[in-house]
Formats: sequence, C-alpha cells, structure tokens
Amino acid sequence: MAEKIATRESYGTALVELAEKYDFVVLDADLAEATKTVKFKKAYPDRFFDCGIAEGNMMSVAAGIATTGKPVFASSFAMFAAGRAFEQVRNSIGYPHLNVKIGATHAGITVGEDGATHQCNEDIALMRTIPGMTIVNPSDAVEAKAAVEAALNTNGPFYLRFGRFAVPVINDTPDYKFELGKGVQLADGTDVTIVATGLMVSMALEARELLAAEGISARVINIHTIKPIDREILAKAVADTGALVTAEEHNVIGGLGAAVTEVVCETAPAPVVRVGMNDTYGHSGTVPALLEQYGLTPAKIAEAAKKAILLKK
Amino acid sequence: MEQSKLLALQDAARKIRIGIIEGTHAAKSGHPGGSLSIADVMAYLYFEEMNVDPADPKKEDRDRFVLSKGHCAPALYATLATRGFFPTEELLTLRKIGSRLQGHPDMTLTPGVDMSAGSLGLGISSAAGMALAAKIDHKDYRVYTVVGDGESEEGQVWEACMFAAHYKLDNLCVVIDWNGLQIDGPVTEVMNPTPHDKKLEAFGFHVISIDGHDFDAIEAAFAEAKTVKGKPTAIIAKTVKGKGVSFMENKVNWHGSAPNDEQCAEALAELKA
Repeated sequence: MAEKIATRESYGTALVELAEKYDFVVLDADLAEATKTVKFKKAYPDRFFDCGIAEGNMMSVAAGIATTGKPVFASSFAMFAAGRAFEQVRNSIGYPHLNVKIGATHAGITVGEDGATHQCNEDIALMRTIPGMTIVNPSDAVEAKAAVEAALNTNGPFYLRFGRFAVPVINDTPDYKFELGKGVQLADGTDVTIVATGLMVSMALEARELLAAEGISARVINIHTIKPIDREILAKAVADTGALVTAEEHNVIGGLGAAVTEVVCETAPAPVVRVGMNDTYGHSGTVPALLEQYGLTPAKIAEAAKKAILLKK
Repeated sequence: MEQSKLLALQDAARKIRIGIIEGTHAAKSGHPGGSLSIADVMAYLYFEEMNVDPADPKKEDRDRFVLSKGHCAPALYATLATRGFFPTEELLTLRKIGSRLQGHPDMTLTPGVDMSAGSLGLGISSAAGMALAAKIDHKDYRVYTVVGDGESEEGQVWEACMFAAHYKLDNLCVVIDWNGLQIDGPVTEVMNPTPHDKKLEAFGFHVISIDGHDFDAIEAAFAEAKTVKGKPTAIIAKTVKGKGVSFMENKVNWHGSAPNDEQCAEALAELKA
C-alpha cells in the first residue's frame, strides 16, 4: 500500500521549501494550523500575516499587496476562500488579474465529521467562472508540491485545491514531471476512459483493475489542471475509446464533469458519465463512510464506466 | 495656506468638477453627486499631498491611492487628467465602449489608477494591503483611500479597519467622505453607520474631523496624519453631495444620474463663472 499524505501537508511544506527561491508572502484567516501554512509561519514569521476570521478582507488585502509586485498566497478552507470570499476573489483579484495564489484546503466531503457547512463541493464551479483564473486540483502530495511551484511561475490568479484527508502517493516516480494545463495519462485502455481529478485519481486506477477483471480495458487520465483544461488529451480519449467517465470530489454541476462535457460536446460528442456529488450537500461522518455514502468509490466509477460503454452508438 | 497655493488648488478643484460634469453628461450616466463632494480632497491629494509622476504613473516609490467608493470614478479620472496623466478630452469617453475610463476604476486600463475598485468595501482592504506591502519592503510611500459614508455600512470596511490597526499601518490614511446621502436617502435613515469618529477610534484609528471643502483644514489633516505613528489615520471629511453645482447640492437624486444638455450647460456656467 502506498504511503498516504494529505495534499494540505504538502502545501505547507512546499511554501517553506520554496521560500528562499521566490519572494512571496503568505496570508491566512485563523486556520494556519489546519491549512498547514503554520509551517511557513514558523519558518518565516516576517512574511506571514494572519488576517483573522475575515476572508473577504484577506482576499482584497492580498490583491493590494500583489499590486506592489509581490506574489501572495491567501489561505483558508475552500468553503471560505471560494465561497465566502467569491466576490473579493472575482473583483479584487480576478478582474485586475493580480498575482494572488489562493491556497484552499479542506475541499470536498473529505473534511469529514465537520459536516456539510464546511464541505465545499462548489469551489471548482465558482472559480471556473472567473476569467483568467487557473485551477489546479492535485492528486497527491507530490503533485501538490509541484503545483505550488507552478503557481509561482505563473503570473495571475491561481486557485490551488487541497484536501484534509491523507491520500495515497501515486506520483513518486523518478520521471514525474508536472506540466501546467496538461492531463496525464496514467494507464492506457481501449474501451472507456476514466478522467479523474484530486483524490479520485487513485480510485480511478483501482476502478481500472476492477474493470480489467471483467475484461474491460479502461484508460485513466489525471486532470490536475481543471482550467485551462487539456482539450487535446480529451479529444484523443474520445477518438480512441469512444466513452468517458469523470470522477471528482465535487458537485457534478460545474466541476470536472461539466468541464469535460463542455469540451467533448463542442469537439467530438461521445457519452460522458459523471461520478461526483450528485447535486447534494454532504453530511457528518468518517471519510470512508462519506465516500461510500456518496458513491465516490472505485466500484461506482467502474459501474459508471460500464454505463458509458453501453451508451456508445 | 498662501494665497497663490489656495488659488491653484481652487482652480484644480474647479477643473475637476468641470471634468465630472462634462464626463457624466457625455456618458449620459454616472455618479456626479459623490464625485463633486470629493473634488477638493482629490485636488489636494494629487496637486499637493501625494508623490506621483504623470510621466511615470507606475514608479515604484509613488504614493498610492485607492478610490474605495469607486462609483465616483468621474472625480478620479478628472483629477488624473487635470494632473496630466492623460488628455482631458478623454474624459468625454467615460463609460463608452472601447474607452479606458470604465464606470468604475480599472487599474489595467487607466494610467494613474493604482487599484481596480468600486464594489463597495473592497478598496479599503486593498489599500491596507498596499500599506502592509510598504512595511514589508521597508518603503516609505503612503497609501490613501477614500471611502463613502454609505459604503461604511459594508462589513468589510470594518474588517479592513481592524486589519489596518492590528498591523499598525501608520502609512495608511482613510478619508471618509461624509456627504450624508446614499441612493435610498439620508445615510442616517437608510442604515445609520454613525458615529464614525467613536467607531474608528474604537477600531484603533487616529481620527481627524474636518470640513472637506476647506483647503486649510484638508492640509492640516493630511499633515497631522503623517505625524501619527503606530496607528492608521482616518479623516472624516464633512462634505456636500453635489458641491459646486447649486442645483445638485444635497440632492440625493444626483447620486447616480447624469445632467442633460440643459443641466450640463447650467452647471458649467456656474463652475466657469
């Protein structure tokens, strides 16, 4: 079994590791212990500023700092970074295209016991609608770290989505290379393609095994960059396999499933079956219980894959 | 203040008011009332107070200005044009397709605009962010922002005040334009945000209350603000909405409607008299 690390841990570590190479500041809204920016706070106290429980102010402050030429990371839970502060992200950061990196942790239902008020399944949808916003949802700790550096190498608004829950490390290979905006084909297949993001990527690989046992060949693609999305890899998946399944820890409305469907419909229409939160709120519970409850499992992905194959003309 | 300096400031403010009237008239929309109320403060900021260079609008050590009450962009544009950041003729393109002069300030389009703002409550936070950046970088530039009295009903204004005091941003100067009127009526009747002085003091500000049309008082207030250490300063400027155009003064309907041809001619006749 692969080692398990939460992507938020990797975020905190990456900030510290990149602090000498890049000149940036970090803001948080009283959640440094949870978002893991606390690691940076301890290592670089003069470059860390707590904004208190006032996320809207934090985003507009971040924009103000960024006007002076310094990149800023602004962190909170996804619910408050993308939800509470949406308008500040849109108007203070997005509209003037300022160099602010939103480090949003505790995304999705794997927040667990805190329940629906804190389980943000809408952040990707919200951020996708902001022109010029880059969105990266890393699949593991290795990718999370690479994404933080990619954010620093990209001028403009950047949304980084991290999770609370420890997830398997799947990218610790010697030749791993993070390319912003490029999907990653993790395994090839001919009958169907599973397009996954975030913690659903490792589950997609498990689903592929389940399908293989039934004689079905599934391709697996990791989409870490949800915006701008890799249109080419999706078009090729349609051409080669004729049916797609999307898998995300997010509402099926507005997230990866929607983004993939938009591209497929506008290029080469093919069936797309979406696995994700089915337009519903979450619930309190342990993470395994929640994933089971809402159908975010390898078995459900495999089931969706078979449905997608049946929908082929 | 010396008579020559006073005359120069009065002349600048008069030109700014003319620009506001001509711009909103040409646009057939916009916010003349609250633009006219801040014209004197804007004239003092850009012609006396701030270190800015129209030939180098983005110079690193410049003082910064954020128009948090961004709907009064006509005042900011007229000030920048009068100061030489762009031709005054361009004021007639206000709010038109293809213009650099958007309905609310856009830092990516207009020379001299330091921050996009206008969704109320956001600009003061960004001004605080700029002031913090100056502290981080050990720079001595100052940051000014103008907040509307109605705008102070936005919760984010007070989040920003808390932040500015917490980080001892004594390089931040917040002007509250107390013209007393907002869209739905008198500010104290719509949602009373007073008393600003006591609230701002409680939030950790050094507070100065002045007549926002008295250049001597404006000068003294900005001078005093620079002597304050360890806390931000708020200048509560009592102003008249529509100031300088008799038929617009203290009339709430001039908050967000533009003068027609006849009204424009009458206003310009008063301002050019």
